Amino acid sequence: MRFMVMVKASAESEAGVMPSEELITEMTRFNEELVKAGVMLAGDGLHPSSRGARIKFSGDKRTVVDGPFAETKELIAGYWILQCKSLDEVKEWMRRCPNPTGAEGEVEIRQIFDQDDFGEALTPELREREQRMAEQIGQNRGG
Amino acid sequence: MIDETHRATEAVWRIEAPKLIAALVRLVGDVGLAEELAQDALVAALEQWPREGVPNKPAAWLMATAKHRAIDAIRRQRRLQEKHEVLGRELEVQPLGVPELEAVLEDTPISDDLLRLVFIACHPVLSMDARVALTLRLLGGLTTDEIAHAFLVPEPTIAQRIVRAKRTLAEAHVPFEVPSTDELSERLSAVLEVIYLVFNEGYSASAGDYWTRPALCEDALRLGRVLAELMPNEPEVHGLVALMEIQASRLRARLSPSGEPILLLDQNRALWDQLLIRRGLAALRRAERLGLALGPYALQAAIAACHARARTAEETDWVRIAALYDALSEVTPSPVVELNRAMAVAMAYGPATGLEVADALASEPSLKTYYVLPNVRGDLLFRLGRFAEAAAEFERAATLTRNARQREVLRGRAAQARNAAEDA
Repeated sequence: MRFMVMVKASAESEAGVMPSEELITEMTRFNEELVKAGVMLAGDGLHPSSRGARIKFSGDKRTVVDGPFAETKELIAGYWILQCKSLDEVKEWMRRCPNPTGAEGEVEIRQIFDQDDFGEALTPELREREQRMAEQIGQNRGG
Repeated sequence: MIDETHRATEAVWRIEAPKLIAALVRLVGDVGLAEELAQDALVAALEQWPREGVPNKPAAWLMATAKHRAIDAIRRQRRLQEKHEVLGRELEVQPLGVPELEAVLEDTPISDDLLRLVFIACHPVLSMDARVALTLRLLGGLTTDEIAHAFLVPEPTIAQRIVRAKRTLAEAHVPFEVPSTDELSERLSAVLEVIYLVFNEGYSASAGDYWTRPALCEDALRLGRVLAELMPNEPEVHGLVALMEIQASRLRARLSPSGEPILLLDQNRALWDQLLIRRGLAALRRAERLGLALGPYALQAAIAACHARARTAEETDWVRIAALYDALSEVTPSPVVELNRAMAVAMAYGPATGLEVADALASEPSLKTYYVLPNVRGDLLFRLGRFAEAAAEFERAATLTRNARQREVLRGRAAQARNAAEDA
C-alpha cells in the first residue's frame, strides 16, 4: 500500500524561511531511516504558497487565484510517498519524525488509491471501462 | 484504546522485528532462540503498553527488554555449562561475560547484524522453500499466516517449514556472518535469487489471486531496497532492485480486464507507473556507476529500462537491446536468452539476421518441446515472405503448447500464413 504523508505549512515555511542546519540534519537522518527500511518511495519540500496559484472551477468558469493563501495550517509544505504494510505502520514511522525546534506542527497521512482498493466492487466491466478511460487519457497525453 | 495500542504495537514489531532478531542472533548464536526472545519482548509490550501507553522510543524499549531476556538465557546456559565443566567437560569456546556481550552489542552497527541475518536466512544448507519462508518471516516481518496466504498453502505447512529451517541451521552450526570474499558472490546470488523468486511469485499471479499476491511484489521490493542500503557497493543488488522496480511499474498494464496477459509491446504505456520507473532507472544508474562489469540482473534491468524509456513501442531502442542480450548471453548463456536475443536482433537488424540466431538453436534439446522457438521462427519467416514455411512453424508451435487459447491463436496465424502463401 502506498501513502502520502503531507507536512502542513507553518508561518516560517510560508515566509520562505529555510530550515535550520539542525532540522536538515535531523530530517536527513530520518529520511535515511525510511530509505534503509525500504519504505520511502519519494519525498519533496514545497515552495511557499506565495509562489503558487489556484484554479477555481464553477461550471464553465475558471478563475485563477495567485498565492499566497491565508489558511497556513491547511497548506502543504512538503510530502513523502511511503510504501508500507498498513496505516498503523505509517503512523509508527511518522511518530518518529524529528521536531528539533519543538514547534507546533502536523503531518497528515492519506492512503493512495490503487485499483485493488475497489476490490470486488470493481467488476470486470467496470475495470474494462476504467482501463479504456486510462487509454484515452494516455492517447491525449501522448498527443 | 486497547485495540489502538495493540495495532500500534504490531506496527512497531513489523518495523523492528528484523533488527531485534538480528541483534539477538548475534547475542545467543541461534536463530530459533533469538526469534523466541524477540517474541517474548513483543508479548511483554502487548501486556505493558496498553496499561502504560506506547513508550516514546518503542524500538529502544523492545531492544532493551529482549536483551535482558537474552542475558538471562545466557546466564542459565552458562550455569548449565559450568555444571558440565565440573563434571570434567571442556568448553570449546570461552564465552564472553555479560558486560563484554553488552559492549559488543553497543559497538556493532545494527546494519551489520541485519546483513548477517540475510545471509543466514538464505543459506544454501536450506531448501529454496525454507529460504523463502525464513526470509519473509525474519526479514520481511511477515507472520506465518501471511506467508501461507501469499503462497496459497496451509498455515501449518509454513510453520513447520520455518521450525525445520531453524533446526537445520542449528544442527549445521551455520555461523552468523557475512560470507568471506571468495564465496561472497555465490552466496549473494543465492540471496538475490530468493528475493526475485518472491517477486515473481507475486508478479506471475493470475487475476484470480488479485488480492494477496501483488503484496509479495511489494515485500520483495522492500527486501531488495533494504539490501541495497546494506550492500551499496554490489552492482547486482542495485541491478535486481532496478529490475523489480521497472517490472513492478507494469503491474497495472500487464493483464487485460478479463485477466489475459498482455505482451510488453502491446501494453498501454499510460498505465505504467512512472514513479517506479524513475526509481528503477535510478537504481540502474547506481549499479552502472560502480564501474564493474554488469551481471545478469543489471543487464536484464538495462533491457527493461530500454522499454521503460520508450514512450511508444515504435521508439524502442532495439539496437541497444540486442547488444544487451549479447552481453547477457555471455554472462548467463541459455537457450531462452538466445531466443530473446534472436527477437531483439530481428527487431534491430531485420528478420533475416534474427532468423540466423534462431536457427542456431534448432538442435537445442531443451527447446525441443517448447512452443516458443517455432513461434519465433514462424514470425520471422512470415516477415521474410516465406509464408509456407511460416505456416508449418506455426502449426508445429500449436501442437507444442498446452494452453488452449494459445493454440487457437497459433492455428489462426498458421491459417493466415497459408492464405498469404496461396496469394503469393
